[in-house]
Amino acid sequence: MNRFYVVLACLAVVLAVGTFTMLKSGGGAPAAATGAPPTVVDDGFRGYSLGSGDAPVEITEYLDFECPVCASFAIIQMPTIKEQLINTGKARWRYRDFPLPNHRYSRFAAHAAQCAGAQGRFFEMHDQLFYNHQWAQTGKDPSRLFRDLARAAGVELTAYDQCMKDGRYAQRIEFSRQEGDQVLVDGTPTFFANGKQLKFRRLPTSDDFKAVVDSIIASSRARR
Amino acid sequence: MRYRQAIALLALIGLFVALYLWLHALGFGGPIKCGTGGCETVQASPYAVLFGVPVALYGVVGYVTILVVALVALRPAALPDGRWSVRLVVLSSVGVLFTAYLTYLEFFVIHAICRWCVGSAVSITAIWIVSLFSLRSPAIRTDRGASPPPQDQRA
Repeated sequence: MNRFYVVLACLAVVLAVGTFTMLKSGGGAPAAATGAPPTVVDDGFRGYSLGSGDAPVEITEYLDFECPVCASFAIIQMPTIKEQLINTGKARWRYRDFPLPNHRYSRFAAHAAQCAGAQGRFFEMHDQLFYNHQWAQTGKDPSRLFRDLARAAGVELTAYDQCMKDGRYAQRIEFSRQEGDQVLVDGTPTFFANGKQLKFRRLPTSDDFKAVVDSIIASSRARR
Repeated sequence: MRYRQAIALLALIGLFVALYLWLHALGFGGPIKCGTGGCETVQASPYAVLFGVPVALYGVVGYVTILVVALVALRPAALPDGRWSVRLVVLSSVGVLFTAYLTYLEFFVIHAICRWCVGSAVSITAIWIVSLFSLRSPAIRTDRGASPPPQDQRA
């Protein structure tokens, strides 16, 4: 009888340790997707873009997913910009990654967006990350939350998990950041209109972009 | 007695399988360790929650109950009592029926198989089979003919 209870207790300990190990090893942001890669290769990718390929103006936004100003811009200004400029064919919006070094999980978030993008869900994931931006304030490992956001964005999670584990797009994100350095991006969000950096004294509004786009269109017409 | 011990050990295994799935449903750990995407599909399906509670929690409660009943039935005073075997059969039958329903959902509704759910199904089915055997064989033989004769109290 006593031997049975010893066996039962040993089995309980083994199972408890096994369960704890599986839960612990299953979590956490994969290092490959969180840190900068040792090497950088240009895969020819130049960011996901929103809007018509024939739009006369291309706005490029260098963003950091952990940046609260970027989130504020995405939530407050982008809906109007989409309505007034992108959906009307006046402008095309291109997103480039510029993860800031002081943000612990910005590369990880950018990577989550890229892995979603591989399944055609970049913009949905972009919105999920910005509209649920509380993760950027807590400092906690957001890997679990990002999976939930990816699921909400319509991403198939098995491929997403593998993509994140492999750090498949870490080099692409670093290439984008280095590209930002070369064009003198010094913070986020930084905007370019047809390759020319836009300088604003404050966070620009949809009206500012409407003025910029209308001005470029008007000047190109005048030149004709 | 051996049957009840086996039931307790199997219930402990089933308990940890259900516990892992429940903790995962609560948000502990990362991706579920499964080997295929089946577990994720099953856990993400609307059938993973029943009456607002993760299905795995029903498993945790069920296995804890079976484990406790099996341990109580192993007390020396309870060993000759066949009613404990009946209780274990009833409990494990409920578990098997619930598991059969969940397995049906996996095969024919969700179209995905979760290996952990299969592990739990194997545990509860084994418990049910062992409990049936324990019903046929009393924990301790209480054959009156084999009992020692009452001692003569006269001086």
